[in-house]
Amino acid sequence: MKAADVVRFATRSATGYPLRTALLILAMAIGVAAVVTLTALGDGARRYVINEFSALGSNLVIVLPGRSETRGFNPANAITGTPRDLTIDDAQSLARLPTVRRVAPLIIGTSEISAGGKLREVMIAGTTSQYAEVRHLAMAQGRFLPEEDWSRGSPYVVLGATVRNDLFGSEPAIGRLVRLGDRRFRVVGVLNPIGTGLGMNSDEIAIVPVSLAQAMFNSNTLFRVLIEARHREAIEPAKAQVLKQLTERHEGEEDVTVITQDAVLATFDRLLGALTFGVAGIAAISLAVAGILVMNVMLVAVTQRTSEIGLLKALGATGGAIRNAFLAEAAMLSLAGAIVGYGLGQLGSALIRHLYPTFPAYPPAWAVMAGLGTALVTGVLFGVMPARHAARMDPVQALAKR
Amino acid sequence: MPQIELRSIERVFTLGDSEVHALRTLDLAVEAGEYIAIMGPSGSGKSTLLNLLGLLDRPNSGTYLLEGRDVTTLTAEEQARVRRERIGFVFQSFHLVPRLTAAENIALPMMLAGIPHGERSRRVAQALKDYGLASRADHRPDQLSGGQRQRVAIARATIMHPAMILADEPTGNLDRATGEDVMGLLEGLNASGVTLIVVTHDAVLGNRARRRVAMEDGRKVEDR
Repeated sequence: MKAADVVRFATRSATGYPLRTALLILAMAIGVAAVVTLTALGDGARRYVINEFSALGSNLVIVLPGRSETRGFNPANAITGTPRDLTIDDAQSLARLPTVRRVAPLIIGTSEISAGGKLREVMIAGTTSQYAEVRHLAMAQGRFLPEEDWSRGSPYVVLGATVRNDLFGSEPAIGRLVRLGDRRFRVVGVLNPIGTGLGMNSDEIAIVPVSLAQAMFNSNTLFRVLIEARHREAIEPAKAQVLKQLTERHEGEEDVTVITQDAVLATFDRLLGALTFGVAGIAAISLAVAGILVMNVMLVAVTQRTSEIGLLKALGATGGAIRNAFLAEAAMLSLAGAIVGYGLGQLGSALIRHLYPTFPAYPPAWAVMAGLGTALVTGVLFGVMPARHAARMDPVQALAKR
Repeated sequence: MPQIELRSIERVFTLGDSEVHALRTLDLAVEAGEYIAIMGPSGSGKSTLLNLLGLLDRPNSGTYLLEGRDVTTLTAEEQARVRRERIGFVFQSFHLVPRLTAAENIALPMMLAGIPHGERSRRVAQALKDYGLASRADHRPDQLSGGQRQRVAIARATIMHPAMILADEPTGNLDRATGEDVMGLLEGLNASGVTLIVVTHDAVLGNRARRRVAMEDGRKVEDR
């Protein structure tokens, strides 16, 4: 029997029982669609978080005041009490480290901003000129904060895109004066619209020199120090040097936490990657169930067509030809189910992307391959048993069946 | 050399713990082109004999020489090949594949033999014409009358130009006139040189054959 004839014969068998074929394809399709859509969700979550973190900057080392205790209770902490402030001088001292390219101190607070009779609440970020490079912020108009003495900032402000629109609408903003709290600042620049990054919406902030922000909030401590290492390989040495430097400056007490963006990224990557694998695994169960269904349906088909198998044998079909015909049918049903499921899965992913435009819900290539592959393999694998059953049938008994 | 030679064939079925001797030390020789009716009551072993002749069943002992070649020792694949090329079956219940058209049913043996598509359609068209089924080519079996179905089955049995046709009660499901018609077709084939072996319990039908073998209890009781 020629391959083309095997395929044609199997096709006629499949189309000869449309309801059975449709249900089987549906079962297989649901399995594959589940794999595609769920992995799209999982991988979309991973990509979303990674993007958010990458938007923060590159080769970042971040210093947080206070020690996140991971070594159990230290009696010394109970006596020494509150941690020391993380000061502007601390931050400035880090800029001299050999592995460090840029340093930007950061203090965050909220205040009212007003201009021309318009008033709104705004998040204030106090920092220095290098913040723009560290965070990869692009300017829509004007320039960023000028390079100057960190402890004596000029009253300049850089506005986020939304803040600028709220205050000035279509009028030009550069050079205008705004009031922040009880101080007046001149607008020197406007940021490009960016959107949300890790809960901090860069479109909704006003950036001022760090010393002025400290004065406004009456605080000496920094919220964060953002450090850009010279290159990727310098991240770990930079982390060690920063920790050593700050410990020395704080009289030997390790009261800051230094984290690297890479470590955070890698952790999230692993975590969400595992999540994706997990949901793929759960979806794969439905594929296995579909495979068992293929076996069941094919066994029924063999029983239904017993007399036909007897006839084919009488007409000179070898066991191999009969086995191939049934295997081809199982494979075709699985393939059709896999293709329909792939389409449904992509449709589902597209729907998710349509509903949540910021969420990159694309199924990863490995999952699509694995889903289609598993569908075919289970379909054929579970088709083997019924096909062998058919091939071994005794023709006399098979013919006697009506 | 006879076309078919059976030598002391035994066929025993085991049903539970009792043994049923369907065929006992059966000897039979058939020359090419003969027309034989195998007759006997049900349970006499005539169908078992036909299955053995058609290589659908194997004897427990004895030899079956088909055209001088011992076919009982052949592998299943080789037997399938012999069935395909030398033997045509006609069944009481027609055994057409219900989802295939008349033309596709007739083409089945050629598909199994791997004959190219063009050759297939040519031979099917000729067969449809020969058996008066040209206007029924695209009808499925459930759209055909009993007589038409059996004609499709005969066309299928002869499409590979077999050496013999084995017919098991070919008119059993047909009315007298249609049965007459079908027997006429089979006898016409026999007249052209094909060996025809018909199994029946119908004495009238059996008497049409030139040679009659009567079976009883697994034994040949009459052969003339």
